[in-house]
Amino acid sequence: MKFTLSWLKEHLETDASLEEIVERLTMIGLEVEEVTNRADRLKPFRIAKVLEAEQHPNADRLRVLKVDTGEGDPIQIVCGAPNARAGLVGVLGKPGDYIPGLDVTLSVGKIRDVESFGMMCSERELELSEEHDGIIDLPEDAPVGVNYAEWAGLDEPVIEIGLTPNRPDCTGVYGIARDLAAAGLGKLKERSHEQIRGSYPCPVDVTLDFGDTKPLCKAFGLRMVKGVKNGPSPQWLQDRLTAIGLRPINILVDITNYITFDQGRPLHVFDADKVHGNLVVRRGKEGESIDGLNAKSYELDDSVCVISDDNNVESLGGILGGEPSGCTEETVNVLIESALWDEDGIAATGRKLGVHTDARYRFERGVDPDYMMPGLEYATRMVLDLCGGEASQAIQTGTVPENNNIIDFPYSEIKRLSGVEVAQAEANLALKSLGFWISGSGDTVKVAAPSWRPDIEGKADLVEEVVRILGLDRVPFTPLPRTGTVSQKVLTTGQIRRSRARRALAARGFNEAVTWSFISKEQAELFGGGAPDLALANPISPELSDMRPSLMPGLLVAAQRNADRGFGDVALFEVGQIFQNDTPEDQKMVTAGVRRGTAKLQGAGRHWSGASDNVDVFDAKADAEAALAAIGAPVEKLQVYTDAPTTFHPGRSGCLKLGPKNTLAVFGEIHPRTLAALDIEGPIVAFEIYLDALPQPKSKGGRSKGALNASHLMPVRRDFAFLVGKDVNAETLLKAARGAEKNLITDVTLFDIYQGQGVPEDQKSVAIDVLLQPRQKTLTDEEIDAISKKIIANVEKSTGGTLRG
Amino acid sequence: MSNLDTLESDLLTAIEGAQNETSLEDVRVHALGKKGKISEQMKTLGKMTPEERQVMGPALNGLKAKITDAISARKSVLAEAALEARLASEKVDVTLPLRPSPAETGRIHPVSQVVDELTAIFADMGFSIAEGPDIETDELNFTALNFPEGHPAREMHDTFFFNEKEDGERLLLRTHTSPVQIRTMRTQEPPIRVIIPGRTYRCDSDQTHTPMFHQVEGLVIDKESHFGHLKWVLREFCKAFFEVDDIKMRFRPSFFPFTEPSMELDIQCDRSGGEVKIGQGDDWLEILGCGMVHPNVIRNCGLDPDVYQGFAWGMGIDRIAMLKYGMPDLRAFFDADVRWIQHYGFRPLDLPTLFGGLSS
Repeated sequence: MKFTLSWLKEHLETDASLEEIVERLTMIGLEVEEVTNRADRLKPFRIAKVLEAEQHPNADRLRVLKVDTGEGDPIQIVCGAPNARAGLVGVLGKPGDYIPGLDVTLSVGKIRDVESFGMMCSERELELSEEHDGIIDLPEDAPVGVNYAEWAGLDEPVIEIGLTPNRPDCTGVYGIARDLAAAGLGKLKERSHEQIRGSYPCPVDVTLDFGDTKPLCKAFGLRMVKGVKNGPSPQWLQDRLTAIGLRPINILVDITNYITFDQGRPLHVFDADKVHGNLVVRRGKEGESIDGLNAKSYELDDSVCVISDDNNVESLGGILGGEPSGCTEETVNVLIESALWDEDGIAATGRKLGVHTDARYRFERGVDPDYMMPGLEYATRMVLDLCGGEASQAIQTGTVPENNNIIDFPYSEIKRLSGVEVAQAEANLALKSLGFWISGSGDTVKVAAPSWRPDIEGKADLVEEVVRILGLDRVPFTPLPRTGTVSQKVLTTGQIRRSRARRALAARGFNEAVTWSFISKEQAELFGGGAPDLALANPISPELSDMRPSLMPGLLVAAQRNADRGFGDVALFEVGQIFQNDTPEDQKMVTAGVRRGTAKLQGAGRHWSGASDNVDVFDAKADAEAALAAIGAPVEKLQVYTDAPTTFHPGRSGCLKLGPKNTLAVFGEIHPRTLAALDIEGPIVAFEIYLDALPQPKSKGGRSKGALNASHLMPVRRDFAFLVGKDVNAETLLKAARGAEKNLITDVTLFDIYQGQGVPEDQKSVAIDVLLQPRQKTLTDEEIDAISKKIIANVEKSTGGTLRG
Repeated sequence: MSNLDTLESDLLTAIEGAQNETSLEDVRVHALGKKGKISEQMKTLGKMTPEERQVMGPALNGLKAKITDAISARKSVLAEAALEARLASEKVDVTLPLRPSPAETGRIHPVSQVVDELTAIFADMGFSIAEGPDIETDELNFTALNFPEGHPAREMHDTFFFNEKEDGERLLLRTHTSPVQIRTMRTQEPPIRVIIPGRTYRCDSDQTHTPMFHQVEGLVIDKESHFGHLKWVLREFCKAFFEVDDIKMRFRPSFFPFTEPSMELDIQCDRSGGEVKIGQGDDWLEILGCGMVHPNVIRNCGLDPDVYQGFAWGMGIDRIAMLKYGMPDLRAFFDADVRWIQHYGFRPLDLPTLFGGLSS
C-alpha cells in the first residue's frame, strides 16, 4: 500500500515530521517498507523552452532545436519527437544527466552530423508515466530554468507500507490516518459525505440472483449520472495516482481508483449507453466469457460472480470490469457501482482466474460494509464536481449485514496476556480512538468493533489493539521461571542417535550435506520410491517432484556435481528423512554416506606415504559399522547378509542386520546400471543406516559398568590356516572358530587370505589367529592341544575345509 | 721390567688403534687370551724365584688390570661411536607433510550446528525438542492454526500439494513447523515448553528463497506465561545465540493467524560494511515472528483459552545461520559443494555447549 505524505495529511492534522510518521507507522504494525521521492532522481532536470525548431538537414524525422535553458546562450539539441516545435516548454536533460527511463547517462552526441547538447525528455524517459508519443509539453507559463520536479510537485515522499492481511481498513489512506491519530500522532479529519438527492429514478435496475446457492454478492448500490463530460483528470488527481504508480486513464475511471486508495473502497463505472437493459448479479455460466479492462479474456463458470446485462457479462463482480462497457473519454452517461461482495467468493475467483487487481485485494480482505452507500455518494460528488452532469436517485439491492460484533471484555485480560498494567481509562481511550464503542462500567465492559475491522474477533484482539496503540515497549521483560535447578536431558533417543551418527561420520572425514527432500521421479523409482502418493501435484521442477525414498540418490548426484567441478575425491553424508509412504509413521530418519574416487578413511589421492586406492565395499562397510557403533548398536551381534538392494553391485554389497528381518544398514559399491541411470561415474560406494530400526535401548537399573574381569594369567595365541572352498564366507569360518570354546577364546583375527600357487584352484587358504585367555590357571600343553583340535573340527565341519598342512 | 713396559705400551697402542669391536677383540685375545702375551708371561711366574715372583707377580697383575680396563674403555667408545653412526644413518626429513586426520577434514553442516546451538540454549531454559512429519494434513498445517478456508493468508504460503485422494483429502508439505504446535498440544499435558526445528517447504525459488528451508518454532503453554515472558525469552536467546552481552531489539505489531497479539522482532544491526553485523550499528533487521497463541488455536487443541495461555515464535534456521556465520547465499546450503561445506562447516568435535561457548 503506497501513499504520499500530502495525501496522508489530507486526512490527518499533524505537525509530525516524516521520520516520526514513518517510525510510528512501523511501531503500530503498519510496517514501512520504503520511503521514496521521485524528485531525488529528477534533480538535474530543468524546465526549458524551445526557441527555434528547424528541419534536420540530413534526416526527415529529426529537428534541430535551439533551446533556452534559462541561463547563458541557447543550446542546440537534435530531437525526433513529433511534437517538438518552437514555443514548446518542456523538460531538458543535459550531458552528464542520468535518464532513469532509458537507463543511460547523456553525453554530447552527433546525430547525422549535427551536434546535440542534451535531450528534451518524454514522461516515460523520466519514469513519470508510460507516455512516449512525444516530449513533455508544459503550459506556456512554466518558468524556464526552474527545477522541474519541484515545480511539478513531484518532490514529495511516497511511503509504502507492507500491509498484513488482517487490516483491510488500512487499504485506504483514511484508515491509515485513523490509526496514526489513535497512536497520538495528530487529529483525524473525520470524513462525511453529503447524501446527494437524485432528480430522477435510476433508469437501470439491479437484481441479485443466486437461486438457492450461496450469494456471492451481499448488497449492491447503483446510480446514474447523465450528461457528464469525461476527459483527462485534473493535474492534482493525475499526480496522486502517478505518485503511487497508477496510470491515469480518464476522470471517471480515475475517480474509482482514487477512492479505492483513499478510502479502501473499490467502485466500478459502466458507460450506461453500452449497458443493455437491467443488471443481474449472478453466478457465471459455462461457455460465458468476458474481455476484461486489463485486455485479457476469461472463461467463466458457476463458481464466478458476474454482473450481466440483457446481452452480455459486463463485469467480474468486485474484481475486474469488462472492456465493452468501460468508460471512455466519450462517455456521456455513467453508472456508478458500489457493491459488497462475498470475501471467499472473491478470493476463490481471483485464484481461479489468476487476476490480481486492487479491487480483489480489498474485497477478499473485507471492505467496510457500512461504507458501501457513503462510498457511492463520495464518488457521485466527485463525478458531479469534475465532470458535471445530473445524478439519479441511488438504488440499493440486497442487505448490508448488520454489525453486531460485541465482545465481553474484562480489563484484566490485558495484564493476563501482555503482562503490562494498563489503566482502564487509558485502554478506553485507545479503543475509542480506533472507533470501538464501549458500554458498561466496572471490571468487564462490552466492546463493539467498528464495521471496518472484520479482524476483531475476541478479547485477545482487543488486548492487541490496546497494547499496539500504547506501544509494545511498555511491556516489561519478565524472566520465564526455571523449571528445575539443573537442566534435564531433553533429547529423545532418535535425536541423540542422529547427533551421534552425524559427529561419528564427520570424524571419519565425511562432509555433511543437506540435499532436497524431493528428487526426480526417475531417481525415486530407481531407489524403490516414486509411488503416486509421494508425488507432488505442483512440483517446482521435474528434478524436484517426488519425495525421496532414500538419501543415496541425492548424495550420489551431489558427489558427481563435485567431481564435475574438479573435486572427484569426496566423502559426503546426510542425516535426514526418507518417505516410504505419506503417513507420519513411515517417514523414517536415516543417515547415508557416499565415498567417491579415492576418498578413503586415511585420505585421498597420492601421498609420499602411499597413494590411496579407489574406494571399495569395505570402506562403506566400515563407515556403516562405525556409525552403528556410535548410535549404540550391538556391533558384535550384527550379522552380515548379502541381499542388498539391486541398486548395489550384487557381489560387492551387503546388509547389516539384527536377525534376518531387521535391516539396520545397507552398504556396497553402486551397481554400474545405477551409475548409468543417474548419469554419474564411479568408483563410488554408499551406505544407508536406518536409525529408527535399531531397538530402543533397554532402561538399565543403574549406570554402573560392573567390575572389570581382567585375568592375571598370560593369554595364549595360536595360528591356524585352513583350505576352504572359494565361496565360503569368512564369517562362517570365524563363527565356527569363536564357538569352539567360548569361555577361553576371546578373539579370533583373520590375518591372511591366499589363493594361488600351492592352493587348489577352487579353494582359498584362510589363516586365523586365536587368542585364548585362561581364567583360573595357566593352560597346559595338553589343554591347548585339545582346544586346537576342537577349533579345527568346528571349522572343518562348518566350512567343509581342511587344516592346511 | 723393560719388557713389560714395552708390552704395555704396544698393547695400549693396539687398543687405541682398534677401530671396531672385532679388532678390539683381536687385541684382547692377543693380550689376554689363553695364548696371549700377558697370559704367556703369567705362565712364567711358576718358574721364577720367590724374589723374582715377588716383583713380577704384582707387575703382571697390574698390567693385566690396566689392559682389561683399557679394552673396556675402548669398547664403550666404540659402542658410542657405532650408535652415533646408526642414528646419523637413520635420520629422516621430519618436514614431510602428513595426511590430515579424518577428524580434521570432516565437517558438520551449519544447519546441524545451529540446531545444536539452539538446543543448548533452550534446553537450559527447560525446553525439549519436538518434531513432526514433513507431509502434513491441511487441517494441521492451516485449519487448526486458525487459517480460515480461502483466506489470503493461506495463499501467502505457496504450498506444495500432493494429489487429491479418493476421499477428497489433499495432503501437503508443511509450509512451517507450526503444525507440530498442534500435535504437541493435542498429545502433551501443559505445562509445555518445546522448540520445534525442522524442514519446511514453499514453492518459491530465487536468490533468497529455496523450495525447502529450515525453521525453528518455540511454544510455551501454561497458565501464566505472557508477552513479557516472551520478550525475555527472545532477548536471552538473541544474546546467547549471537554471543553478545547486550542487544537492542524492537517488537512491532504484526499479524499471523495463529497468534493474537502478533509481533515481529527486529534486532539491532550494522549494514555499513560488506556483511550484516548483529548487536551494533543503528539499523534494524527483522529476525522472527511471534505472539500469544491465538485462543482459537488453544481451543482447537482441546484446551480452554480462558485457563491456558502461552506464546509461540518462529524463525528461519538457515537465515539465523547466515546472519551469525556470514554465508551470503541461501541456495548454497543445499548444493553439497565440498568447498562450501569445508569453509562454512564445523569440526566434528566442536559440539556447542553453554559452558564451553556455542562457537569458539
